[in-house]
Amino acid sequence: MPVTDRSKLTFYLLLAPLLLWLVTLIILPHVGMFIVSLREKVGVREYETSFANYAVFFNEPLYWNTFARTAYMSIASTVLTLLIGFPISYYIAKLTRGRTKTTLFLMCLIPFWVSELVRTFGWMILLRETGVFSGVLQYVGLADAPVEMLYNDAAIMVGLVYTSMLFMVVPLVTTLDSLDDSLIEAGYDLGASGFAILREIVIPHAMPGIVSGCIVVFMLSLGNYLTPILLGGKDSLWFTGLIYSQFITRFNWELGSAFGFLLLGLSSLIVFVGLKLSRQSLGKTMAQT
Amino acid sequence: MTSTPDLEAREISKSFDDFKAVKDISFTVPQGTFFSILGPSGCGKTTLLRMIAGFQKPTSGDLLIKGRSVLDVPPNKRQVSMVFQHLALFPMMNIGANVGFSLRQRGVNKSDIKQQVEHVLERVGLGGVADRSVSSLSGGQKQRVAIARCMVLEPDVLLLDEPLGALDLKLREHMKIELKQLQAEFNTTFVYITHDQSEALVMSDQIAVMNHGVFEQVGTPKELYYAPQTAFVAGFVGEANKFVATVESIAGNAVTLRTQGGRSLQGVAAGAGLAKGTKAHVFVRPEAVRLSRSAPQSAGNGGEGIVQNVLFNGANSQVMLLDQLSGAEINVALPQTGEYRDLVKGGAVHFWWETEQTRVYARD
Repeated sequence: MPVTDRSKLTFYLLLAPLLLWLVTLIILPHVGMFIVSLREKVGVREYETSFANYAVFFNEPLYWNTFARTAYMSIASTVLTLLIGFPISYYIAKLTRGRTKTTLFLMCLIPFWVSELVRTFGWMILLRETGVFSGVLQYVGLADAPVEMLYNDAAIMVGLVYTSMLFMVVPLVTTLDSLDDSLIEAGYDLGASGFAILREIVIPHAMPGIVSGCIVVFMLSLGNYLTPILLGGKDSLWFTGLIYSQFITRFNWELGSAFGFLLLGLSSLIVFVGLKLSRQSLGKTMAQT
Repeated sequence: MTSTPDLEAREISKSFDDFKAVKDISFTVPQGTFFSILGPSGCGKTTLLRMIAGFQKPTSGDLLIKGRSVLDVPPNKRQVSMVFQHLALFPMMNIGANVGFSLRQRGVNKSDIKQQVEHVLERVGLGGVADRSVSSLSGGQKQRVAIARCMVLEPDVLLLDEPLGALDLKLREHMKIELKQLQAEFNTTFVYITHDQSEALVMSDQIAVMNHGVFEQVGTPKELYYAPQTAFVAGFVGEANKFVATVESIAGNAVTLRTQGGRSLQGVAAGAGLAKGTKAHVFVRPEAVRLSRSAPQSAGNGGEGIVQNVLFNGANSQVMLLDQLSGAEINVALPQTGEYRDLVKGGAVHFWWETEQTRVYARD
């Protein structure tokens, strides 16, 4: 049957770039890294297969403390991004129309036209000891000496939220946009307060957007390298920083690979728990937004 | 019967910037009435309804429910419920949760909610579906759930915003009867807005015909149909042949006119403002026109016409005639006796209608 043969050919041809991308850029490097992570260096160019690299991680408190810290900081930044992003998205999706809507949406997008590095430097200019905020505080008289606002957890948090805001706002605006205004009015008409409407109608409807936004923001924060290093300084203790130093500074690819796999496992686990808690499925959330 | 009407509007107005959507409308709706507001789209009927529901604030005037002004009462505190155009059932909840929504907001305890929800669902003929999802229902059932969701609160007034618009024709016909029955059963005041005259005529006790932000006429369906007070009502409610003619003489109620084509017409003045020499609109219902094979002897208006087209539609068949004298086109409802089934395009036939059926309105 030539017709089905041809449609099969089309199917595989269209699938090919995706498969190529997945296999060569995702699967092969991961398999390679996994093999590297299982090698234990016993002498010069002598290796044995073992879980020694993983054992190093669990025996060294600095490593797993950093690991846990990265996880909860990322969760915190995700929650914070959601809390800030939700009202913004609601405003854009429900309370504005036409040009204003496009303009506001574009304003969320504009910061992403410059590179992350430049954006982070922007925050450094604002927050550093000789920076804008410090200068203003001194000028107003609230501080009598330069204030250093960089190199702490709050600075990291500010940077992370700022960097990932767009990835929360886009899916939220999309799902909130699809919420029929008459549902909100019907809720109001049936005697619900604004809070009850938010809890019973708006949030359940926006759940797929909330979950997919949170997944993306969480992944971005967890895997972020630039922001924690630049804004947190040498004490930032971000797990990606550890991986970087194993690979680049200490030439310990084996341990670096093991760390990489632990991070992958951690992010998958947290996303899985998040999906279970919100009773959403990955397929459903990704399909809806 | 109490004398306080369920709903009363006093010179209510609503303006958007320069545009006056609703202009000084006053009306009262007695308890238990099916009150329809009929008008073309953009006439301000939705704005009026949204003001009653509380989603919009009138620019001026007062609105009373059970004799009490509700201008400062927000929609979630008003004893008014609304069935939305697309029903607005909450897809994230099952049917029981939808119907019980308003009770939950009032803090009614769970077992009472369950009982009341089941009771109201039974009344709309949908007992035992509380645990099913909204999407499992058909269009007509959704309609009934939407009404049940409003009725569970026992509101003083139920507002309906063209809820039948989204249904297909067959179901719409069916739902018209059902809505009327539900209204009679609940004995609640219904305020129904629609642009479909047949919906309004079939269901309503009282109809207000609305155009350009004002009520043109308020009356029973029969009054509107047989005695429209304005040219707009005559043209909007039911079908009508419309002619433009010049008034030749007026004697009391009787008017003699001449159309542009030269036909002389005898009619009754249905509106004020008619004067000799002025232009007027003349309306004749298609079913008021009678056909005959030979020239009729009685007084009235009539002549001979050539069949332009036969629009066969069973009981609603019509024939389009071209008046040979004036060149005007006249729609005539075919008698259902089958007497004129042999009429074909190009054939000649006499037509005639009574003077009383010729309603004359001043041209504005």
